Amino acid sequence: MDDALDLSPATRSTSGRDLLVSLRDVSKTFDNGTTALSRLTLDVAEGEFLSLIGPSGCGKSTALRILAGLTEASSGSLAWSVERPEIGFVFQEPTLMPWASVLDNVWLPLRLRHVSRRSAADRIEEALAMVGLWKFASSYPRELSGGMKMRVSIARALVLKPRLLLMDEPFAALDEITRFRLNNDLVRLKAELGTTVVFVTHSVYESVYLSTRIAVMAARPGRVVDAIDVPAPPIRTEEFRATQLYIDTCRRASQALHGAMAEDESL
Amino acid sequence: MSAADPIDMRSHVADSAAGPGDRSWRRLVPHRPAEYVLPVAIFVAAVLAWEAVVRLRGIPPYILPTPSLIFATLIKDWPILSGSLLVTLRTTLLALGLAVVGSVGLAILFVQSKWIERSFFPFAVVLQVTPVVSIAPLLLIYLEPGTAVLVCAFLVAFFPILSNTALGLASADHNLIELMELYRASRWQQLVRLRLPSALPYFLGGLRIGGGLALIGAIVAEIAAGSAGQGSGLAFRIVEAGFRLNIPRMFAALALISLTGILIYVVLTVLNHFLLHRWHDSARKRGA
Repeated sequence: MDDALDLSPATRSTSGRDLLVSLRDVSKTFDNGTTALSRLTLDVAEGEFLSLIGPSGCGKSTALRILAGLTEASSGSLAWSVERPEIGFVFQEPTLMPWASVLDNVWLPLRLRHVSRRSAADRIEEALAMVGLWKFASSYPRELSGGMKMRVSIARALVLKPRLLLMDEPFAALDEITRFRLNNDLVRLKAELGTTVVFVTHSVYESVYLSTRIAVMAARPGRVVDAIDVPAPPIRTEEFRATQLYIDTCRRASQALHGAMAEDESL
Repeated sequence: MSAADPIDMRSHVADSAAGPGDRSWRRLVPHRPAEYVLPVAIFVAAVLAWEAVVRLRGIPPYILPTPSLIFATLIKDWPILSGSLLVTLRTTLLALGLAVVGSVGLAILFVQSKWIERSFFPFAVVLQVTPVVSIAPLLLIYLEPGTAVLVCAFLVAFFPILSNTALGLASADHNLIELMELYRASRWQQLVRLRLPSALPYFLGGLRIGGGLALIGAIVAEIAAGSAGQGSGLAFRIVEAGFRLNIPRMFAALALISLTGILIYVVLTVLNHFLLHRWHDSARKRGA
């Protein structure tokens, strides 16, 4: 719409990739008068791994929910490069149906589109194999550990082969060992599938390890204040955590985050 | 990473050793003999003490019969009592069935719209808080005695199932509701795939209360009907035997009513266990 607004750092498209979706001047005010987002401008490029990081109340979850279509922006525009792309969503909690087996949980998105269990079988198996849980297809969620439940949740989000995967602090409730393992899984899955990922997190280290680009947000009102590229190969291993690039990027992201928080008088 | 995930694997194995699915019957019954030897022994001792006190003190049977006499009466009067038992059982189960259909249907209607809930819930509350004994005489004027008894039993069973089911339908995980929206599930899909399964534990809780209350409703209405009951259910037998001062038969009918209540409770508890034990905490073995 208005090209003059493209000065915002977050609108930089990474390495000339095609745009998948762009948010322009998106604001969101809740019914109780709280402003969650104020003139947020954000581009998501096809194939990138974008992390949204910021203090509580900066509206990162709200931005994710607007992308998912779960809530409407109060003003501003949301433009997709493709009609109704398939979207997967992973919540902070595994959000599984406790009465259904692992297999039936992963079947759900297909089932809601009237795909029978038999014709869905291959895709369910593939999705469960991707997260290494095919052996547990007939288990029930409560028989699984927290990390396994989260992997089922990821398999469910991937079973429709989404063009865009939205993740709202998916590993925040897990212990660090499990979290690291799931981070590696996610890097691998992302590389295998080429899905575009938008990932909300509180953790600077997690965002640097996973992302190709990090958008740093500030609160009250929620907006993007900085964008940081992570110019490392997309496949990351534990060694990446020891590289100078990783350390420098973490420092840079931390500084940006502290800058964002310093502006917030309520903290 | 494959499933070679030592930490996660171990916790899974530890959990499944507690036995999901297998030998689920055993969880209903105490494991060690001592756990049921004591309750049974105390029950037997109480009955024996009753027998002994009545015999030693020479209390006449028209004041307090011995357990053995009650049991003998139960056998002797079985042709009469068994017919009444069937009538009471049929009334109770029919009332419970109708209450399930009506209350679940209404609860589903409630969850569709807050306005429907606000408009109709007061009626349900009025019916619930008005003691059934006070409605029974009116119903007996308007309806055939058999129908009046059925309606009373229905009315008392209705509310607990309704309020529990409505609560359950409304308590579906809000993230799962959002997931349904994301995948553009229809209202019907949301109801069948999410709200109804979420409400199942609540519904079964309501059903257990409703099952007991349906029996109470049926008995109360029969007592209110009194001699107009035209020789039907167990409560009528109690009233009738009371008029004739046939105290042992009163006790025998009372024992059958208690047994019916226990039977209903046990059947519904077993049903609850079978439907929920794989996934719901309420049916989970403690300490597992």
